[in-house]
Amino acid sequence: MRLGQRFYVIEAVQGIILTSRHFFRNMGKHLAHAFGRKDARGAVTIQYPEERRPYSPRLRSLHRLVRREDGSPRCVACMMCETVCPAHCIYIVATEHPNPEIEKMPERFDIDLGKCVFCGYCVEACPEDAIRMDTGILEFAAFSRRSMIYHKDALLALEPAGKDGRPTSPIPMPANRVS
Amino acid sequence: MTATLVDLGIIFGRVAFALLFMLNASAILGWVERKQSAIMQDRIGANRASIYGFRVIGLFHPIADALKLLTKEDFMPARADRLLFKLAPFLSVFFGLVAFAAVPFGDVLLVGDREIPLQAVTLNVGILYLFAMLSLGVYGVMMAGWSSANNFALLGGQRAAALMISSEIAIGASIMGVVMVYGSLNMQDIVRAQGNPLFPAWLGGWVPAWGILTQPLAFILFLTAGIAATKRVPFDTPEGESEIIGYFVEYSGMKSGMFMMSDFLETVVIAGVTVSLFLGGWQIPYLARDGFHFPWGATLPMHQWLVAALQVTTFLVKVSVMIFFMMLIRWTLPRFRYDQAMRLGWLGLFPLSILNIVLTGLALLLLGGSRS
Repeated sequence: MRLGQRFYVIEAVQGIILTSRHFFRNMGKHLAHAFGRKDARGAVTIQYPEERRPYSPRLRSLHRLVRREDGSPRCVACMMCETVCPAHCIYIVATEHPNPEIEKMPERFDIDLGKCVFCGYCVEACPEDAIRMDTGILEFAAFSRRSMIYHKDALLALEPAGKDGRPTSPIPMPANRVS
Repeated sequence: MTATLVDLGIIFGRVAFALLFMLNASAILGWVERKQSAIMQDRIGANRASIYGFRVIGLFHPIADALKLLTKEDFMPARADRLLFKLAPFLSVFFGLVAFAAVPFGDVLLVGDREIPLQAVTLNVGILYLFAMLSLGVYGVMMAGWSSANNFALLGGQRAAALMISSEIAIGASIMGVVMVYGSLNMQDIVRAQGNPLFPAWLGGWVPAWGILTQPLAFILFLTAGIAATKRVPFDTPEGESEIIGYFVEYSGMKSGMFMMSDFLETVVIAGVTVSLFLGGWQIPYLARDGFHFPWGATLPMHQWLVAALQVTTFLVKVSVMIFFMMLIRWTLPRFRYDQAMRLGWLGLFPLSILNIVLTGLALLLLGGSRS
């Protein structure tokens, strides 16, 4: 330690000057904000549920199943995503599509978000671009493991996030998830 | 008969003012601490507690905290000493509360033929009383450490005792310099003497003889030792909330809250004493009992009620500024290690305060007499 640091007092005073400079600068900005200058921000805090940090367009958030024009899933139940999934969290049961030109469609498409590791391999593997992770929804906590499982209908109902990354569709409530 | 009743009422009012000031200050200090630290660290701080959507910059948080603490389980370890375990937090808070009684918050108020001193209790030995109450406060802490039947609590209590002894010697010795300069143990007299001019008239009598000017070294020593006596952060070895756990490990609910509260009470007491001894207490420069008397000859007569109100406000403002400063220190400096705190107390503060007494004595001998 330098001699000045050994005496502690000088360092302590410097620290107090630093913290009080922060205090008075931020306090001035808070006061300016309170008296109408809405661009003055005394803190770097983002008040989360009301304010959101802008998300990157590459953010991997809650999955959604892309719909065809008639509303049926674009998914053809090829099982690619189920195969590639390192967490084994996707479960698909295939069925016949009413349209004879389309071979199959999923009867069940379950994603267990309690297991999902959000690697995005399912999105990469999909040959039909039928599954995407662009909803911007990050808040899907639940009180039971069972209600962490998302079914086809809930996944089909989701919409992509807006330009700033804000979710445009509501978070599916656990009541809608359990079949 | 009525006269005694009126006197009783006046005494009751004085005590109630000091008591309510302390209780409210300790409740609000929790909020002040959270908000001030947040603003210092570029954060916003607690602002979520709301009543019908009104948040009032987080001022409901002390109420929410108290409600939470009161409704929590009040746990006591099976092998704890029942009486001491329950007594300890009350003792801590009690000595914190009563210590403020000796601090004057205003000059004398003349109502009819009565002289009402604006001080909870007029004590000729105010400083000794205060010193005693500050020292007794550690008994609650030591009792908590002992009675919890927990080794870590016991170690925390022992650290608290060691820190208290090393700091209270410096407190006592640094106060002695002030007592020598103003020639009184009565805090009201000391505050009153600080209104006199510092220099004789031929040097220009416009600087008031505040303690920080007559005893600058004692001010720094007292403030350092006083912060150590509050057991708050640079000297929080007894508590070590973040990791080493201290004397209140086994306490829960409001009893734990009372230990936190006693820390805040001690902060207010130390701030009040520092203001009274070194920053002129309720004094506003040039304000006498009948109005302003400026050194250049001008006068501004005022009613004594206005003067008293100004004095009490000044005292409260000074105490708030002092508390702000102590909070600033608490949120700036990291904790002293146990041996560093001991070394600072015994090899730093204590010899320096003795040196201060010697220097003060020499100065008084050469310059002639105390300023009472």
